[in-house]
This record gives sequence, C-alpha cells and structure tokens, in this order.
Amino acid sequence: MSQVLVVTSGKGGVGKTTSTAALGAALALGGNRVAVVDFDVGLRNLDLVMGAERRVVYDLINVVQGEAKLQQALIRDKRLETLYLLPASQTRDKDALTSEGVARVMEELRDSFDWIVCDSPAGIERGALLAMRHADVAVVVTNPEVSSVRDSDRIIGMLDAKTEKAERGDYMEKHLLLTRYDAARAERGQMLKVDDVLEILSIPLLGIIPESDAVLNASNVGSPVTLAAAESAPARAYLDAARRLEGDVVPMIIPADKRVGLMGKLFGRRAA
Amino acid sequence: MTIFDFFRPTRSAPVARDRLQILLQHERVSAGASDLVAILREEILAVISRHVDIPSDKVQVKMQRDEAVSTLEVEIELPNPIRRRAA
Repeated sequence: MSQVLVVTSGKGGVGKTTSTAALGAALALGGNRVAVVDFDVGLRNLDLVMGAERRVVYDLINVVQGEAKLQQALIRDKRLETLYLLPASQTRDKDALTSEGVARVMEELRDSFDWIVCDSPAGIERGALLAMRHADVAVVVTNPEVSSVRDSDRIIGMLDAKTEKAERGDYMEKHLLLTRYDAARAERGQMLKVDDVLEILSIPLLGIIPESDAVLNASNVGSPVTLAAAESAPARAYLDAARRLEGDVVPMIIPADKRVGLMGKLFGRRAA
Repeated sequence: MTIFDFFRPTRSAPVARDRLQILLQHERVSAGASDLVAILREEILAVISRHVDIPSDKVQVKMQRDEAVSTLEVEIELPNPIRRRAA
C-alpha cells in the first residue's frame, strides 16, 4: 500500500528540501519505489538538491493542467533506479495548482509508487496546504530554535485540521524531525534540548539530524546526503529515520561525525 | 565580568523553553477560539436565515478575552424592510 508523506515546517530554511531528498533516497535504498514531489511553485529547489536541475522538461503544474502526462514529467534518478522526482514549476503562478488537479496527480502517483514524499513550501498559505492535503503521514522539520518551534506548533495545528485525513475524523500521523542539532551546545544550555522540543510540541520523534558539513557538501554537488556521504552522521540519522517510517524499531541515538576537533576534545564533546 | 565567565557560558536554552511554553499555551487557545467564533457565526447566521433574508456579512461575532471573563459580542444587522421568509 502506498504512503503519501508530507515534509513540512511552517518556517523556511529549516531543512525541508534537504530532508525530502535524504529521506526519499533512503526509502529508495530500502527497495521502495519512491517519488519526491516539489510543491514549492516559483521557488523550486528539490531538482537542484537532487542534481536533476538540467533534466527538467515538464513539471507538476503541466501534469495538473493536463499539458503533460505524469510519466513525461517524472525524472528518474541517475543513481537509484527506483527514485523519481516530480519537479515544481519555476515560472508559473502558484494559483495554477488546483485542488482537484493535485488530488488527481496524487491518486495517479499512488498507483505506481510505494512512497510519495511531498516537499512543502514554507508558510501556511495555499501551497503548504495543498502539499499536506492528501498526506497519510507528516514529518515536521524543526530546528532547536524558538521561531522554528513556534511555527512547527502552528503547522501541527493545521495538520490536525486541514488535511483530508483530519477532515474525515481520522488521526493524522505526525513525526518530529529535529534538524541542525548540536548536542554539545544543547549540553551547555545554549540550545533547546531534544526533550524540551518534544515536551513543547508533543509529537513522536522520528530522528535527530546533527549539524554537519556533510549536508552542505551534499547539496553543493546535487546529491541527497544519504547517497553522497552515507557514512556521515546526518546520513546515518536520515537512514534510521527512514527505517522508522517503515515501521522498524531503531534505537534513537544522536550520531556524531567521527572527527572531533580540538574544541570538542577540550569541552568533552562525546561521540554518542 | 570575570575571567571565569568565559568558561561558564550563558544558559539561554531554559529561557527559550519557558518563553515558548507560555507563548504556545496562549496561541493554542486563541487558535481554538477563532475556530469557535467562526462556528458560532455560521450557526447564528443559519438560525436567522431560516426566518429572515439576511446577507451573510451582516452577522458579526467577536470574542474579547479578559483575565476573569471573556465576552462574546454578536452584532446582527437586518436590512430594512425586513423580509420574513415564508414559514
């Protein structure tokens, strides 16, 4: 049975697109057929993070408007043959995404894929609502920082009110993905701890992605971090998170990069 | 500031946590309240429309929150002449 997953956050710049690419690739590595769908019309970036920016011919809006078939718009990943990208339009008006059109495309995607991972635009407007509308499960991407936590709380409220599942009276499954986490700073009391964020947002934890150079390096070269640097701490955290999405029980650890700098040694930073 | 302060960084995270807890408690209530106001407005409008012709923008519902009590203000404007609906 196929699952539609929305990666959302409210706030921009917290790692939705990075997480969509990393989780999508991780699920595909696990043998699933995966489509990652960019809903950020006008500001598409999933193509760039996936390294497919020069292969975009048709996009989500073309398919929604019936100007292209789904198969024509889907771009198959060059590294993983079960991973596909449905890009957003860079030029068209976001109002061209109709609610009925999106519903039809999502139904069609469900026929061919095990996982459909929707990369939501920031904000709480139409685009974000359309991205979450048909989801079976949501990943709320949050940084351990006050404005991100507040916006996540708002998005959680919308997931419980504005999705099809919520409107049917069903429980909307939501998971917290804490990104850019720095265990050493949290330990020193300079950053919200995992438990603080969990207590405030009260949704189950899917994973903790440590702050790491590997994430920027991966997007620089146009590859999900789970493929570009599979042994890095963030990639391991994303791979574990993907397994949890599939229902596996994986112990929650905060991975750290092996290389510990001088400052890390001085302040007793542990590789958990 | 002494030299020791350099080694003892400010613990700002507990402040962040407390501020968020207070803020979100308030915001969750007000988000729920605006839904409540919308529901009340819809239902009041439905009841009045059963008996009188009324444009939907002529029913205004506002909620004022105060410490001890909250007040609900309902303003219904009936355009003249009042057109009763047939029973």
